[in-house]
Amino acid sequence: MRYRNPEKRKADFKEVSLGLTERQAVKEAARCLQCKKPRCIAGCPVEIDIPKFISFVKEKDYLGGLRTIREFNMLPAICGRVCPQETQCQGMCILGKKSKPVSIGSIERFVADYEVSLGRIDLPDIKPSNGHKVAVIGSGPAGLTVAADLAKLGYDITVFEALHEAGGVLAYGIPEFRLPKKTIQREIEFVKGLGVRILLNRVIGKTQTIDEFFNDGFKAIFIGVGAGAPKYLGIPGENLNNVYFASEFLTRVNLMKAHHFPVYDTPVKKARKVAVIGGGNVAMDSARTALRLGAERVYIVYRRSERELPSRHEEIENAKEEGIRFRFLSDPRVILGNDAGWVRAIRCEKMRLSDPDESGRKRPEPTGKEFTISVDQVIMAIGQTSNPILVRSIKGLKLWGDGYIGIDREGRTNLKGIFAGGDISTGAATVISAMGAGKRAARSIDEYIMGR
Amino acid sequence: MKKQTIAPEVDMMVVNAPLIANHAKAGNFVVMRLHEKGERIPLTIADSNKDAGTITLLFQKTGKTTEELGMLNSGDEIRDIAGPLGHPTPVKKYGHCVLVGGGIGVATLYPILKALKARNNKVTAILGARTKELLVWEENFREFSNEVLVATDDGSYGRKGLVTDALKDIIDHRSVALVIAVGPIRMMQAVSELTRPYGIKTMVSLNPIMVEGTGMCGACRVNVAGKTRFACIEGPEFDGHEVDFNGLGSRLVFYKKEEEVSLKRFKRKCKK
Repeated sequence: MRYRNPEKRKADFKEVSLGLTERQAVKEAARCLQCKKPRCIAGCPVEIDIPKFISFVKEKDYLGGLRTIREFNMLPAICGRVCPQETQCQGMCILGKKSKPVSIGSIERFVADYEVSLGRIDLPDIKPSNGHKVAVIGSGPAGLTVAADLAKLGYDITVFEALHEAGGVLAYGIPEFRLPKKTIQREIEFVKGLGVRILLNRVIGKTQTIDEFFNDGFKAIFIGVGAGAPKYLGIPGENLNNVYFASEFLTRVNLMKAHHFPVYDTPVKKARKVAVIGGGNVAMDSARTALRLGAERVYIVYRRSERELPSRHEEIENAKEEGIRFRFLSDPRVILGNDAGWVRAIRCEKMRLSDPDESGRKRPEPTGKEFTISVDQVIMAIGQTSNPILVRSIKGLKLWGDGYIGIDREGRTNLKGIFAGGDISTGAATVISAMGAGKRAARSIDEYIMGR
Repeated sequence: MKKQTIAPEVDMMVVNAPLIANHAKAGNFVVMRLHEKGERIPLTIADSNKDAGTITLLFQKTGKTTEELGMLNSGDEIRDIAGPLGHPTPVKKYGHCVLVGGGIGVATLYPILKALKARNNKVTAILGARTKELLVWEENFREFSNEVLVATDDGSYGRKGLVTDALKDIIDHRSVALVIAVGPIRMMQAVSELTRPYGIKTMVSLNPIMVEGTGMCGACRVNVAGKTRFACIEGPEFDGHEVDFNGLGSRLVFYKKEEEVSLKRFKRKCKK
């Protein structure tokens, strides 16, 4: 995979990874052993026939490869960019045991981008309309997948999105330098091309209710509203000025384009020294966004060690190359402010890892040693949880944990005609796992309506 | 959309939004965005009409987006509008309620007044403004309230002084079950401090900075009773005796510099 020079790329928001050239893609495809019992497929949450699509690429039939992927996955340009391949398909690749696994994600991205370069969209066959209406709430990866799968089967699909732009976390969460907006828009155009209607500015549970949907003739409802509500640490100083939740910081930049202020109206504070708390993709995205806004020093403050970082491996490497500083085994205790109520520093406690517990996990333990980092901005990226607006508006809906929707393996909730999937049922996870949940839910919605 | 100016720098707008009007309750607000480069701003739903499918918004031109909104003409469209958002005002039979409105805060109080009257509460309204011409919707309050008191800073209309002076007179002499104050943050703070020793339940409607308005970003968080709460979904109304007004005040001016830059740039462009 080719990347832009770190010194250049950290000064703008353009995409960091340039993808494979045609020659590289064909060469990489030729490395695939075409295993009789492919382990990579088992590692893919949507079970793409990976060896088959790669064999097309090897023969330079890129559109054939793309068609194969799209039988399983309608958002290949997105997945090729943001999937954690190293723990999924590529993590299972037999070649990885001795040397490097096949770069499946890069090849996936290549075929999707190849179609873009031709300026065309190949729509799959769509069954004739069956007249059944299905409402999909949320236009993120889970919702788009359900919508696309059911539209192909002939259902009349309406997607309801609360924000002014479709895409859910893809639109407000993932930065341009990792997933360009035009890539998202193009995949959404594809889904619309299947006949899916997307209505914006509809906050379901407020603007309209589930009961109204059933009265309006919707036969089934899929809830894929994600886990959008930020978690907080509960330490002193969290409400000081220039303490951001990652969700706000990233929403300002990704959705509202605050990096173009004042051409765009929404501002975001640019800081000199920034501490990002957390070690997941959202933490990496926040840190690298702060850097691109002009910060001189950006720290990732994480309470476990490097090995436990939950972020996608590629993003950690990218972040390091760009000069992000990591403070491992560091747990924030208090955010310190000045007299005007603005951040001036963050105090952390040094941690050490325990021996593995029964689950094999090493827990961070306090050492009693504290240290202070002087910063003028703190971004909390310690996870997201469920948003109560919709789930609490539905009487009798079974929830678990922190307000997540309880579903069975097929995406059914305890209420008739209501299905769910993605982060709102699992807690914050990945784009591809939400898409997997969407596929299963689409199957059971079809079964439910057709009375099978 | 229909629009008229009702006081200096204050416009009233009736927006055709049937889905929002259908569910709008006292205490709700909308978030709107005027164009592709616009910011999202929250505005209280000051009135709504289910049959006509309209909502009424009052706004004061204080920044770039409200200036821009004020330049729209009747018949224009608002690009994005979402709602009704926020937790509705809990309304039941309380007894004697006093509503204290400062400036544009009356927009929030008006639907609350109507809802309280529908549940047979006795309502005294205290409306405050800097000067007479800035007082809005007095006649609307007279239509529904049992009594309306007016206070202006300069004494140009009603009694001279602050709304808290008028409120103190009432609570010293009559029993009050509930006070709801909406207006500038310092006014709401003063009302809350006044009622605290009397033990009168006091609700305030907060106006922190918001981005998306649906509980996802946390920009609007306020400290209430020592806990972080999101005004967009848990509020905007909170118990005035529990709100950390100083923290809220500090967060409200966080983008002051940027707001000035944006407004200046806009005015410069308008002149051209």
